[in-house]
Amino acid sequence: MDSLWSVIWSTDFAFSILRVTTPILFAALGALISNRAGIINIGLEGIMLVAALTGVVTSAYTHSAWVGLLCAVLSGVMIAGILAFFTLQFKTHIILGGIAINMFASGGTVFFLYLLSGDKGASSSLQSKVLPNVDIPLLKDVPVLGPILSGHNVLTYASIAAVFAVYYMMKRTPLGLRIRSVGENPHAAQSVGVSVVRTQYTALLLSGLLAGLGGAYMSMGYLSLFTRDMTAGRGWIAIAAESMGRSTTVGTTLTSFLFGAANALANALTVLKIPSELIATFPYAATVIGLLVYAIGESRKRKKAAVKPNEG
Amino acid sequence: MSGALLEMRDVTKVYPNGVMANYKVRFSLREGEIHAIVGENGAGKSTLMKMMFGMEEPSEGEILLRGEKVKLASPQDAIDRGIGMVHQHFMLVPSFTVAENMVLGMEPKKGLGIHFAEAVRMTEEMSRKYNLAVDPKAKVENLTVGMKQKVEILKALLRGAKILILDEPTAVLTPQETEELFRELRLLKDQGHTIVFISHKLKEVKAICDRITIMRAGRSEDAFRTADVTEQEISRLMVGRDVVLKYDKEKREAGETILAVRGFSLAGSAGSRLLSDVGFTVRAGEIVGIAGVEGNGQTPLVEALTGSLAGTAVGGSVTVKGADILRADIRAIRKHGVSYIPEDRMRQGAAGEASIADNLISTQYASGKLGGGMFMNGGKIERLAASLIEAFDVRCSGPKQPIGMLSGGNMQKVVVARECSTEPDLLIAEQPTRGVDIGAAQFIHRKLIELRDRGCAILLVSADLNEILELSDKLLVLYEGRVTAYFEEPSAVGEEELGLYMLGINRQDPEQIGRAVHR
Amino acid sequence: MKAKYFEPFRTLAVILIALVIAFVIISLVSDRPLETILIFLWEPLATKGHIGNLIEMAIPLMFTGLSVSLLFRANLFNLGAEGIFYFSGVVAAAIAIHASLNGFLHPIAAIAAGSVVGALLSAIPGILKAKWNANELVTSLMFNNILFGVGLYILNYQLRDAKAFSSASYKFEPTALLSRIWPGTRVHAGLIIVLVMIVAAHVFLYKTKWGYELRMTGANRAFAGYSGIRTARVIILTHLIAGFIAGMGGSVEVLGMYTRFNWVSLPGYGLDGALVAMLAKNNPLSVIGAALFLSYIRNGADLMARLSDVPSEMISIVQAIIILLLSAEQFLKFWKNRMLLKEARKHG
Repeated sequence: MDSLWSVIWSTDFAFSILRVTTPILFAALGALISNRAGIINIGLEGIMLVAALTGVVTSAYTHSAWVGLLCAVLSGVMIAGILAFFTLQFKTHIILGGIAINMFASGGTVFFLYLLSGDKGASSSLQSKVLPNVDIPLLKDVPVLGPILSGHNVLTYASIAAVFAVYYMMKRTPLGLRIRSVGENPHAAQSVGVSVVRTQYTALLLSGLLAGLGGAYMSMGYLSLFTRDMTAGRGWIAIAAESMGRSTTVGTTLTSFLFGAANALANALTVLKIPSELIATFPYAATVIGLLVYAIGESRKRKKAAVKPNEG
Repeated sequence: MSGALLEMRDVTKVYPNGVMANYKVRFSLREGEIHAIVGENGAGKSTLMKMMFGMEEPSEGEILLRGEKVKLASPQDAIDRGIGMVHQHFMLVPSFTVAENMVLGMEPKKGLGIHFAEAVRMTEEMSRKYNLAVDPKAKVENLTVGMKQKVEILKALLRGAKILILDEPTAVLTPQETEELFRELRLLKDQGHTIVFISHKLKEVKAICDRITIMRAGRSEDAFRTADVTEQEISRLMVGRDVVLKYDKEKREAGETILAVRGFSLAGSAGSRLLSDVGFTVRAGEIVGIAGVEGNGQTPLVEALTGSLAGTAVGGSVTVKGADILRADIRAIRKHGVSYIPEDRMRQGAAGEASIADNLISTQYASGKLGGGMFMNGGKIERLAASLIEAFDVRCSGPKQPIGMLSGGNMQKVVVARECSTEPDLLIAEQPTRGVDIGAAQFIHRKLIELRDRGCAILLVSADLNEILELSDKLLVLYEGRVTAYFEEPSAVGEEELGLYMLGINRQDPEQIGRAVHR
Repeated sequence: MKAKYFEPFRTLAVILIALVIAFVIISLVSDRPLETILIFLWEPLATKGHIGNLIEMAIPLMFTGLSVSLLFRANLFNLGAEGIFYFSGVVAAAIAIHASLNGFLHPIAAIAAGSVVGALLSAIPGILKAKWNANELVTSLMFNNILFGVGLYILNYQLRDAKAFSSASYKFEPTALLSRIWPGTRVHAGLIIVLVMIVAAHVFLYKTKWGYELRMTGANRAFAGYSGIRTARVIILTHLIAGFIAGMGGSVEVLGMYTRFNWVSLPGYGLDGALVAMLAKNNPLSVIGAALFLSYIRNGADLMARLSDVPSEMISIVQAIIILLLSAEQFLKFWKNRMLLKEARKHG
């Protein structure tokens, strides 16, 4: 047990929480925007995967991590665009559409990986680039805080910036107002000429953009290559984080960190000879418990409003 | 053409589900008039109005604005051309403030963000200009119905509407609020606005409109000057026969008490009172009506009676044939011989994609009459469905047709048929003819009376004053969760008098109200 | 053409479009496109062995397709068949290895255990949904990962045969294996089991009161509740049945096709089940055709990968397109609208 505490109470562990949370946070913010527009994007997992591969491939061909990042993000937006096209234009059921995107991504990435590298498992034969880590001047020399907060991948900082951007966008801008109105009462939005379809398009594309950033981080920051199914359910965890965070920016950010911490804990515990198969289930179990706590809370609230006589 | 402001020529609309809502409809609107469109539900009024406002596009035909052909592909197109609309179900975002709702879609900007102070100023300015008082910073979810309607009108005016379409604007208003609305509309007309007034309340149409276009079964009749036609003539053109508003209801002695609500009080979530000391009884063979402006406790009351109590019962009792039902769920309540026609047939009353037969048996599939044990007998189900379809004159292609394909009136007949078919001891009928054409409504009314004559106790909750005055044997008025009046001869009560109780202006003494409870 | 023939026509059109896209991809990727397309289309049916393979693969697809059909029918978006299929396979494997029963009872016991475990596991998201309205989609997907982790742990720490090359369990007792029913192929008795289950599900859904409750709850839960149907119970029951079928599928697959348990990743039949259910329009009897079709293009892709230069993952792109177009209400709707307008005019 001592060793467990020493693992948790280390700056390394705190550092790793930030590192692990980044992709979840990106995707969760993406889930937030589309959900507030009344359209649940469960294709985030697939979008991240496609972006991860695109980033690796394009950075290898252009020898530039930044071009790779741009292409990764664009691919995320594009896949989200396809999902939007089908669900908004063709009225494909949004959940089935998301399943299709995920199915396409998990097989399609392997298909293209094989065509491009001759390998079905990982992109090790491609000379892909990695996005830089950033040392923050001054902060990096502060004890405790420095080693935790400084030296992260540039996208980790971008994810924090994204939190503020999404917060401002949702609360203070016309787009945010429209997204919220479309999600809450689409007829009202439509009646004043706010195009529901266009707003939901925008929201889905933005969620694709954010998930694209998360995917790029996976293969060009978190790891330095693409591996088959490397997102490993982070898109789903993001959806869970968003719903547990009650679709608010602040709540979603907090729950993303919570799940990130669970993930980091799972990684840290590997050292302690707990079977890795079981450790790998921790974040998912945490998600179920988190969702359950939230759902019970919600239904308690409902029931509280309906206590039967003599009991209340 | 002769200076029409807006004209629709031979407009046909076929919906994707195959319903032809409009067929070669002609409509012509003159500048500065108040023009009524009347017709039964399902006559095609709302489709016509949706096409006018760009919410639906005509399958065939054309729309002309000031003699010029226009294509209204979206509400934005309509708004850009000076057409505004006040919807029956308000198009407001509940969690937004009045000002946010006002500027949605045309937000004033400061930098990247919204200029919230400017939005408030714009709202105040419009509010002053048209003499429609609203609080820009109030959350819409906290407003009264009348207030919300004002916000809706202002919203359209803010967007430069010269033509204002109002869809059944008085359906949710009290008589007094309706008067206020009419004053506001006349003011708008004087300021040069043109108004399309959609309604099926002929008195109101006569009171305020200059001309009238009558719709029937998806087709239009020519427009009349309102002064040239009588109400009887209009209603004959609407339904093709004289409307019989009276039912031959024989007087009968009420039997034993079936439903008893005694001193019932209910607290809401924030400690608010939903119901205060409500007491009444419904006896076998009588129809007890509950009148009131919507939102005065009818919904919590019906919920409490049907097993979905929302709130804390702080006192009193609710019993059916002596058994306490406050703790019971709807399944148990139904076992006591209770039937329930819900207010919202789309949400609760029917499963749209399921067949008519499946919808008809949902309250008795388990009774053993349709097959013993685990299994259901397809032949018995078919026979039951066929006989109910015939008895309730449901117009359909057969018991296997999905109920969602039916018109509102026929769908409601299925709901009523199902709830009557179990020979209940108590029927709770909540807005049983809302959104239903007059023909179907009369049919349903007769069925309710038949059921009463067979000894069923009926609790009728309705916002339709005609319906409630005509059907009820006893009548209660709910205002702010309290019973404010009890009438033993509802047919002798005038709508005006009833309105005073519904608005809380008058209130009977407790002794008179107390008579609502028998034994 | 009448409007009511629209749906079957549309399904056919979607399948054709998906196949055309498959041909386009093959043409772009392959050096010998025509030959590759022929392999893809013809090889799965070319020999008795290949037809056998097609049927073998259709068996688990029918199980998961049936399981998901029932859930979708109840309007439950639960994709937990995946994890249950895997975990029940582990359970059945454990009994196949450790129990000693005679050749008749052994597979029955193993399959029964796998099915019951599947039902119980499936009930968890069901209860969470019914009681607290927790989103069954998310919980079931999380459960997939949890069940996989735990199952893999059992495989590696409890069942693993150290003498085997890779992660594989001890050999099953021969008494536990399902017998082959078509000489010369590996088609096993599981086919009979799944067909019986499909017919039973059909009867259940359309002829029994519970089936009626399930359909009404799926069509409109508020309506069902208002009618007096205990929808929470229906949701849990549906989950139990669906989990039972998925678990049975996993057990049958393990005992019918393998002599050791060696799945080190999720086999993917759960998500495929969603595709089968969609193709079958959530109709139990149609599941047979849908599963056979999916198995056909899968086997085509596998054979193509073996005999040519196109990787078999191509098929997931084709499947994604089928799902997108099949669930696209508006796809080809304009055509239906034109038919409706014509019909309306005839009567008008």
